[in-house]
Amino acid sequence: MRDSKHALESVIHGAFLLLGLITVGCVLLITVYLILSGIPAIRQIGLFKFLFGRTWASTASTPQFGILPFILTSVYGTAGAMAIGVPVGFLTAVYLAKAAPPAVKGAVGAAVSMLAGIPSVVYGLVGMLVLVPGIRTLFHVPDGASLLAAIVVLAVMILPSIVNVSVTALEAVPREYEDASLALGATATETYFRVSVPAARSGIAAAVVLGVGRAVGEAMAVMMVSGNVANMPSLFQSVRFLTTAVASEMSYSSGLQRQALFSIALVLYLFILLINAALNFFLKRGKEE
Amino acid sequence: MRRGISKKRRAYIALMRALMGLSAGLTAALVLFLVVYVMAKGIPELSWDLLTTKPSYLRGTIGILPDILNTVYIIIAALVFVLPLGAGAAVYLTEYARNKRLVAVIEYAAETLSGIPSIIYGLVGMLFFCSLLNMQTSLLAGALTLVIMNLPTVLRTTQESLKTVPQSYREGAFGLGAGRWRVIRTVVLPGCVDGIVTGCILSIGRILGESAALLFTAGFAHAIHGFFQALEHSGATLTVALYVYVKEAGEFGVGFAIAAILMVLTLIIQLAAALAGRYFKRRRGS
Repeated sequence: MRDSKHALESVIHGAFLLLGLITVGCVLLITVYLILSGIPAIRQIGLFKFLFGRTWASTASTPQFGILPFILTSVYGTAGAMAIGVPVGFLTAVYLAKAAPPAVKGAVGAAVSMLAGIPSVVYGLVGMLVLVPGIRTLFHVPDGASLLAAIVVLAVMILPSIVNVSVTALEAVPREYEDASLALGATATETYFRVSVPAARSGIAAAVVLGVGRAVGEAMAVMMVSGNVANMPSLFQSVRFLTTAVASEMSYSSGLQRQALFSIALVLYLFILLINAALNFFLKRGKEE
Repeated sequence: MRRGISKKRRAYIALMRALMGLSAGLTAALVLFLVVYVMAKGIPELSWDLLTTKPSYLRGTIGILPDILNTVYIIIAALVFVLPLGAGAAVYLTEYARNKRLVAVIEYAAETLSGIPSIIYGLVGMLFFCSLLNMQTSLLAGALTLVIMNLPTVLRTTQESLKTVPQSYREGAFGLGAGRWRVIRTVVLPGCVDGIVTGCILSIGRILGESAALLFTAGFAHAIHGFFQALEHSGATLTVALYVYVKEAGEFGVGFAIAAILMVLTLIIQLAAALAGRYFKRRRGS
């Protein structure tokens, strides 16, 4: 009786261990698959030519597979989205965490989580019909589907990540810090920006990094507003991101072209792993502080 | 109190307050604009025919019933797998795992998973489920891809709720002679229902909005099937259908109709998440 109970316990323990290891298994699966399917094309094309080639012409008679335009578009697009999204998100977060009256905080907080919940294709759709024509008429360019449109859409899409993580960090700042600052004669607003924000800097940095990850990884919304042509990035040109490069040719690709798409995904994955490592670094430092 | 403050400080305070108000106002206005714009454009496009038929080439009409059904099916199929898997993993982490190293590895893996872009999930899902496991482009392959994607969400919410089960409950049960499995069944699992429910709501929201991971795993067919039959066939969810109709067919009216439906569902999910959070908090407090 005792033995059978013991055996049952070990079996169940084993089963839960297996469940626990599933996440690790999934990460390994994804990593191994991307490496296995991404390496062949890079070897055939040549690493340097692949990463720094300036022309992507996958269906030409002498195909060229240079992904520098995609890498730079992703970098510039993300940087642009951060330039707009970070200040707005950061200031919103300080307001929500410190200055807002409870009712306003509830309303704006709900708005922010709504922003996080809206599907990316809906952003893409609104971007296509509002933003793209808007850019065309405002800047007198032939086509509004451009890097700029993608930047604006991404800036809106990363707002909730930045706001939510920053608010959490700001709310964790010990009350005593702020009380001390107030007692020394600083006003409330000065205290928020000169005491609370520096104290929460790791968490805010984590928020920014999380936003970078979201922007780099977004595919559908960007695909719908950026025009999707493999140009070198320029604000009013139609461009293609790393994510959209994978998505846009997948359905009709074959052979080396298809393998090159897997290689692009591998490059994207490496970017994301780097960003995740940075995120973890800031989160851990935030906890230690 | 303000009397002793220099002009420079006063200007700084005024500037910062204005910037904060402006940013928060901008964020709120953006959401309001998006909701109102999509509703205003989408609701007039909704019709009974659109909601209850499938597309017909003969009559040249579009219906989104298959896409609605596919969305429901894929949510059910994904939840059936992800809820036990995620909750089980959380139980392991909080109740069984003694090795700190292993816990750290599992948690790092979960964090990595939640940072991976959906297009990469779509690609790996296509290679692994559709090609290697020979499922072809099917709702099941899409659902399994979504399982991996939502695993960290369910894991995290369940873990949070397990942490709120008082240690004394477990000790009491152990003290009465219960084995670990019995303790988990009778004391721990009832305590993590709220985490599973929250994880469920969040996952539904994410699946509803997901498109990039489904394009190449679940595909974009518009046929009507029963649940089990549908799992074997390719099918577009609402988001994928929106993308295909807008980008490939230029059917903006249908696009906005779907967008309005998605918007309403998103609002409902947000509301459900908020209400569930409040309910569980109150129950824990009493």
